[in-house]
Amino acid sequence: MIGYLFLLIILAGAAGFFINRRAARARMAAGERLHSMAAFHGAYAVCLSALPALVFTLLFLLFEGPIVDAILTASLPADAVADMDPGQLSLVEAEIKSIARGNVFGEPEPWKRDAAAYYAALRHNATLALWVAVIAILGVGLALARRRVSARFRARHRVERVIGWIMLACSGTAVLITAGIIASLLYESIRFFEKVPIGEFLFGLNWEPQIPIREGQIAGSGAFGWVPVFVGTLVITSVALFVAIPIGILSAIYLNEFAAPRLRAVAKPLLEILAGVPTVVYGFFAILVVAPAIRTAGATLGIDVAPNTALAAGSVMGVMLIPFISSFTDDALSAVPQTLREGSLALGATRGETMRKVLFPAAIPGIVGGILLAVSRAIGETMIVVMAAGLIATLTINPLDSVTTVTVQIVTLLIGDTAFDNPKTLAAFALGLMLFIVTLGLNLVALGVVRKYRELYD
Amino acid sequence: MTMLQPDEAETETEAPTAELKMTARDVDVFYGTNHAIKSISVDIPDKTVTAFIGPSGCGKTTFLRCLNRMNDTIRNCRVTGEIRLDGEDIYGRDIDPVQLRARVGMVFQKPNPFPKSIYDNVAYGPRIHGLAGTRAELDEIVERALTRAALWQEVRDRLDAPGTGLSGGQQQRLCIARAIATAPEVLLMDEPCSALDLIATAQIEELIDELRESYSVVIVTHSMQQAARVSQKTAFFHLGVLVEYGETSRMFTNPSDQRTQDYITGRFG
Amino acid sequence: MSVQDTDIPAARPVDWRDPRILARIRRRHARDGWLKAAGLVALLIAFALLAILVGSLVYRGHSAFTQTMVTLQVHVDPKKVKPERLRRGKYDDMVEAALLSHFPEVRSRADRRKLTKILSKGARLALRDRVTADPALIGQTVTISVPVSDPFDQLNKGLIGRSTPEERRIVDDRAIAWFDRLAEKGLISRPFNTALFLEADSRFPELAGLAGAIRGSAYALLVCFLISFPVGIAAAIYLEEFAPRNRFVDIVEVNINNLAAVPSVVFGLLALAVFLGWFGLPRSAPLVGGMTLALMTLPTIIIATRAAVKAVPPSIREAALGIGASETQVVFSHVLPLAMPGILTGTIIGLAQALGETAPLLLIGMNAFITEPPGGVLDPATALPTQIYIWADSPERGFVSRTAAAICVLLLFLVTMNALAVILRRRFERRW
Repeated sequence: MIGYLFLLIILAGAAGFFINRRAARARMAAGERLHSMAAFHGAYAVCLSALPALVFTLLFLLFEGPIVDAILTASLPADAVADMDPGQLSLVEAEIKSIARGNVFGEPEPWKRDAAAYYAALRHNATLALWVAVIAILGVGLALARRRVSARFRARHRVERVIGWIMLACSGTAVLITAGIIASLLYESIRFFEKVPIGEFLFGLNWEPQIPIREGQIAGSGAFGWVPVFVGTLVITSVALFVAIPIGILSAIYLNEFAAPRLRAVAKPLLEILAGVPTVVYGFFAILVVAPAIRTAGATLGIDVAPNTALAAGSVMGVMLIPFISSFTDDALSAVPQTLREGSLALGATRGETMRKVLFPAAIPGIVGGILLAVSRAIGETMIVVMAAGLIATLTINPLDSVTTVTVQIVTLLIGDTAFDNPKTLAAFALGLMLFIVTLGLNLVALGVVRKYRELYD
Repeated sequence: MTMLQPDEAETETEAPTAELKMTARDVDVFYGTNHAIKSISVDIPDKTVTAFIGPSGCGKTTFLRCLNRMNDTIRNCRVTGEIRLDGEDIYGRDIDPVQLRARVGMVFQKPNPFPKSIYDNVAYGPRIHGLAGTRAELDEIVERALTRAALWQEVRDRLDAPGTGLSGGQQQRLCIARAIATAPEVLLMDEPCSALDLIATAQIEELIDELRESYSVVIVTHSMQQAARVSQKTAFFHLGVLVEYGETSRMFTNPSDQRTQDYITGRFG
Repeated sequence: MSVQDTDIPAARPVDWRDPRILARIRRRHARDGWLKAAGLVALLIAFALLAILVGSLVYRGHSAFTQTMVTLQVHVDPKKVKPERLRRGKYDDMVEAALLSHFPEVRSRADRRKLTKILSKGARLALRDRVTADPALIGQTVTISVPVSDPFDQLNKGLIGRSTPEERRIVDDRAIAWFDRLAEKGLISRPFNTALFLEADSRFPELAGLAGAIRGSAYALLVCFLISFPVGIAAAIYLEEFAPRNRFVDIVEVNINNLAAVPSVVFGLLALAVFLGWFGLPRSAPLVGGMTLALMTLPTIIIATRAAVKAVPPSIREAALGIGASETQVVFSHVLPLAMPGILTGTIIGLAQALGETAPLLLIGMNAFITEPPGGVLDPATALPTQIYIWADSPERGFVSRTAAAICVLLLFLVTMNALAVILRRRFERRW
């Protein structure tokens, strides 16, 4: 249905374009001097008909669901839903919707059948209203635009202004996305902090989000202290940096100063391949190869190694970060002016001394910026840890232990059935908020450092 | 502060010819297939300022960079012929360019102090070559180099300040101090004043004249006036060929080659 | 600026032939060698890791590209399938009977049940499809190749060692003997595993395929492209060509740079709260997945487009403006076409990243168990990376090689896309 609506809009727009263009051409043929070219008169018709219809349809579709749901909720018999909590209510509504779609399981209560019929009617009316409105918009728009075709009408200016507004709106989406992230995280987090005090979340040393579903179930008491989760994230991040920083920086130094151009031409794309591998692949690599290797090594050495050790997830994450750090270091070294290099060599310094004492120290700000971005990546990285790190939050800094991370908890809390307004679900958003704040801070600092550094040598 | 007057410079060109410090014979330089320098032979006397002049792109900087093997750092650059320092072939097998460059220092067109303190800039060479046993010795070397570069009075109170914070002329004198701190025997200068204003240029030129007493100085310049002011010997390069080489005073008054004549009188360049 | 002690040399003359100096130079060169060696070793480690990564995946995954089949002569019994109810026939009985006919000595019920475990649960489906397609087969005997179950597939591929003690094997010695009998009769074959590409997910490794995931990914990428490409280009052109220098534009620029570095899981949270929670869009739908990926691809496309537009020299703009074109006309008819190769390169790279993205898709439910390829953008579906995640999480041994094979397929897509981007860049690279 909706597909046909879009088709109608497109066809109407095209029709408007050709009608107006023909009208404009007819006037030109009749000897009039038009202000704008015929194509702009055509485009003006599109701007007046298809464009508003499209915007209207999209807005309608976005808000149809929430509004219909609200009407449905309001229409439910008060005595039937009076003592339901929001979770049960949303279940009931889902059931009503599925009845309305014709999937009846068992014998629903009569009021649910009534509600389903009402719901179906609502949806039907909404669709009908949408069609009527769109056809009206298209008709009025086309008629208006057609009447506007005249020698003096400045169609080009109008069309260009509309294009300008569209482009402005598009660049606004970037802000809109950030605003959406902040708003949704804040909104759900505030709901979480209504159930769990914010102090407990920030400073609590226990993280046991498994709250009892039934009365008397042994499932922990539901502790929401994020400290062990964050510490676990830092442990894995440290392991990753421990792997990535030396390999990344040393390989960049080699490529930048010592490697033959041919090796460089081969090595850079190879490292880029490493950077382009999806993280889910690294996660599988961690459980397939690295974790068993670490277990075997631990058993040989007689060291007690946890099954989901932080070492496995961290070192694989380190592999993922190698190309990142390497390319940042390479860029930073290349940004150091050639004159400094020559100045050092002309004093009788060797290439290595030039690198260690002049180029590398001069490049440090850029490299630090890159490392900060890598830290932010490691903290926000999800798939590797979801697959290879643990689920239990233990407060430890031993990389041979199993630790969990912020991202692992977000994913495990939200995978499967999610009912909002359950502290378990909302906790994921609180964690997401902390994750966003931490990575945003790191990114801002890192981007600032890198920009300052670029200005230094530009 | 006294400015060197051209007439003073001319009187100095009558200094006795000193013994030869460097000799170049039939030097050719290729960048890939581009034949940049064609069969150049030059003698560079000790304790003298030798100027290389010529229009831009004539190969004078390329040739200068052969004298301390800086061209080694450019890929696909090939040098043939023979260049000797104190009779020793600097492209010989047992010569280490690292050591050579400590003996043949270089100052660049654009001041290029390291992003380090003034002290560390000057101490850089002595440190890597291990010329100072103790901190006191190093201090002494730094002070002497800065004094010789006529910068000591200006920076003695802020040796820890970054070298990049100095003015352009000060930066170039710092680079000269850095170069002479390793006790070189020859000092190569590649258009050392081209990025500086008139006053800074005058200071550097005066300094070059003083350095002549301890070193053999080779300066590349595109300014004939500068060559006339500071040098005793002048070599005129054109299109990769050494056109004329001789006493500066003679070159500027009585050139033997028509091309030199044209260049000096400003017909091309 | 007179120097008092001009006769003092800057430093004591150095005797460069002093053995101590020479030894020092040797040491310095040695230290250089160490740095160089360390760099080379680091580089080689990185390459080795890449080789291990790719090697282990290919090593584990290659066996999943073939599937062990057993060829049986099945009598399509008219008593067990009625022409009017073709899909409800007792096909498993018929296939099992065909297998049992090779082992007349196996009589006890328990043994017979054990023997039929050689067949995959999908064997009857193969027969069903064959008969449904051609009801004339009823009453006849057909020769059909059906997949064997996962343990015997692994046995045939040598992934289950025959030398392993019996109690630590899924297949015991008797089952192996039966299987070997079939092999001796030449009934066992190992053709290319078409199911891997033609079927959707399944609980049984030997039946599971990527068709659903590939189609889900394709839908999601299509949605992602349709949103992020026009919006990204419009935003980039506005910022590069029309935007006044004001606070709003500054904020937009900082925002774009930051968005590129926001963790992907946060986009998943946004999608969960806004697209699913607020707008009530369906879970697991490629539409929502594509919209989420579009949010993440947008900064990449904007940044690439701005760079490409910036690279168009001002002379072209001036020439067009000079003959009376309006600014909008210049941008859309001159600048944009010239910048298009750069924009497309950036877009392909952005889409390749989106194709590998997993975490946000998990949060919007694209990791559901779905046995049918999606018919549209609103049907529940998985995507390639989430399918990999599901399979990596499955306990059955057969899924290990299938996960690795799925990764190989995903990497193949990514390599193709990136190669396309490189070719595009090379082909249309201009020097102004």
